[in-house]
Amino acid sequence: MTEWGPLSLHVPEPPVRPGGTPDFHHLSIPQAGAVRRPPVDVPAHEIHDLAYSIIRVLNRRGEAVGPWDPGLDAEALKAGLRALLKTRAYDARMMMAQRQGKTSFYMPCTGEEAVACGFQTALAKGDMNFPTYRQQGLLIAQDWPLVDMMCQVFSNERDRLLGRQLPVLYSVREAGFFSVSGNLTTQFVQAVGWAMASAISGDTRVAAAWVGEGSTAESDFHAALVFASVYRPPVILNVVNNQWAISSFQGIAGGESATFAARAHGYGIPSMRVDGNDYLAVHAAACWAVARARRNLGPTLIEWVTYRAGAHSTSDDPSRYRPREESDAWPLGDPIERLKNHLIVLGAWSEERHTQLRAEIEDEVLAAAREAEAHGTLHDGPKPSTAAVFEGVYAEMPRHLREQRQEMGV
Amino acid sequence: MLEAIRDALDVMMARDPRVVVFGEDVGYFGGVFRATEGLQRKYGPSRCFDTPISETGIVGVAVGMGAYGLRPVAEIQFADYMYPGYDQIVSEAARLRYRSAGEFTAPIVVRMPCGGGIFGGQTHSQSPEALFTHVCGLKTVIPSNPHDAKGLLIAAIEDEDPVIFLEPKRVYNGPFNGHHDQPVVPWSRHPLGEVPDGHYAIPLGQAALRREGAAVTVLAYGTMVHVAEAAVEETGVDAEILDLRSLVPLDVEAIERSVKKTGRCVILHEATRTSGFGAELSAQVQERCFHHLEAPILRVTGWDTPYPHAQEWDYFPGPERVGRALRAVLEG
Repeated sequence: MTEWGPLSLHVPEPPVRPGGTPDFHHLSIPQAGAVRRPPVDVPAHEIHDLAYSIIRVLNRRGEAVGPWDPGLDAEALKAGLRALLKTRAYDARMMMAQRQGKTSFYMPCTGEEAVACGFQTALAKGDMNFPTYRQQGLLIAQDWPLVDMMCQVFSNERDRLLGRQLPVLYSVREAGFFSVSGNLTTQFVQAVGWAMASAISGDTRVAAAWVGEGSTAESDFHAALVFASVYRPPVILNVVNNQWAISSFQGIAGGESATFAARAHGYGIPSMRVDGNDYLAVHAAACWAVARARRNLGPTLIEWVTYRAGAHSTSDDPSRYRPREESDAWPLGDPIERLKNHLIVLGAWSEERHTQLRAEIEDEVLAAAREAEAHGTLHDGPKPSTAAVFEGVYAEMPRHLREQRQEMGV
Repeated sequence: MLEAIRDALDVMMARDPRVVVFGEDVGYFGGVFRATEGLQRKYGPSRCFDTPISETGIVGVAVGMGAYGLRPVAEIQFADYMYPGYDQIVSEAARLRYRSAGEFTAPIVVRMPCGGGIFGGQTHSQSPEALFTHVCGLKTVIPSNPHDAKGLLIAAIEDEDPVIFLEPKRVYNGPFNGHHDQPVVPWSRHPLGEVPDGHYAIPLGQAALRREGAAVTVLAYGTMVHVAEAAVEETGVDAEILDLRSLVPLDVEAIERSVKKTGRCVILHEATRTSGFGAELSAQVQERCFHHLEAPILRVTGWDTPYPHAQEWDYFPGPERVGRALRAVLEG
């Protein structure tokens, strides 16, 4: 025994577990409009403070304030609201479909819709997202047909991925949506490689990498930041901090000791934290980072501070590991309510029109679901071809796969 | 063989602006084995460059570049260092075409020096080919001489699928038959050291007949092809030697043809025995040639231990062990 006594291990615990009162005192939230907006060519070391603050535009009264107000007109704001509502309605419908046995699995993004929807509007055609499984908003915000997405979720005869992938692991090249792996963080470093290729080729396109705060712990995250730091490719490194990785709070990923945005400091990559439930702040920060990439100024890391209001997936019950009321206590509010209130404050929206729009969108989603279901669901109706199992492993089917296909009898 | 590899990269970089070459020490210095020497000077630093010491990153960015439309050729400094990049190879490169239904592909080549015989100890001597042949979606290639190395590497770069290109480092500078106490013979004195100029491709999936014979078929690849030749010469056994060159896709027709003719089969590899590629070869021969076999199939491989340093020549499956197996299979 030394004079210091025995050692003990620190195992982080969230402030509360089920039965406790939700507590977000650890999250320090500045006033909307309080954080400065530096020029896009600012050196990384001059904005270290931005990794410990939170960029916000919409205040409690629903007004857009401060230097990050992107000045979107009412039409753009309404399009944004529509994308958020559609994403939420889509998730609700697919969650229900899973419970009805139409698919094996689903993952909603409820509560964090503004991150993907707000980000997508900053990109141009040809740019490439390397998403995780919770960025369906990237597709919905560009009006990608819901029927196409649903057919993938239902693994039916119209599934563009031929029934090979777990539901929600979409791939839509023409919408700038890279194939979702399902293995975490692998795509983060691939986005850096894609952006390096764009720079090597003298192209003008940029890449956006996506990861959750939990999987920043993977070594691929470090590899991605090192390569982004070394070669300065046109990539936006998005960390969606939704506070929970299944049942592990963000402290298990190292969030107690430093912010996830601050990870970038050691690599000399400009970084910032942004209110992910503030559609205007998301759009403004995304535009800032995309402008940096487009101007060959290199990578930007953005931590989107949000909250996973739903379950991780259809396979877990969040009330087993966090208080039921925690979602309502989340201090950054709900992205849809906040954007709606802003439009109302602007005089461009009303509760009635909102209710009407919601109903329209729900009808649209229901119609899409019916159309998709007509092409089959996981256990009913038309299915992808069995022979497709052997196709596409290689560009040309080698002899041993032809033999195995014959053995299967198809 | 190093010159042949460099030549293949040079030919492809000149022909195809999509080809980029990178890895640890690959740029300015030209690689620790000098396989990329002069390429950065010739093609500029954006087409041939050094990378951070991160195999995860090297393979990960290669996958992204391949998805973009480039033809990346990544070097892993030693095959023994590949493991941090293994997830990117297995879970990503190998399955990208399949999981995206062909929307995205990873036409990448991952080169890596493999095998022992250079006193590299357990971290610079491994032969991990079976870790790749077990993964669907990958092609695994391993040349035994300069002529094949160039043609196979060109074919690998032109291939639409990810290719693992294993380079037996003991034969970089000359054929090696396992007689470590004899002077090194340069490739200039070997017929397969002759490398044609310019572009030529050797299709993946074609074995090469190195020696015709009637008594027994020897299946080998990489350095072990030369060991087989020495053992055959020293024992006087009339063996047929097949240099497989490509493990996936595998030339099963050539194997079947030969074993049906000879009725006997000895399989060689430097890698450890249990679940090694020899197990797959043995199963293929048994499934396809059982009624022609006159003796059990034998394997001569590295022992199931880590590759030792000082005891390298006790570990390496040299011509004497191969010779014993040839005699045994003839008596059986």
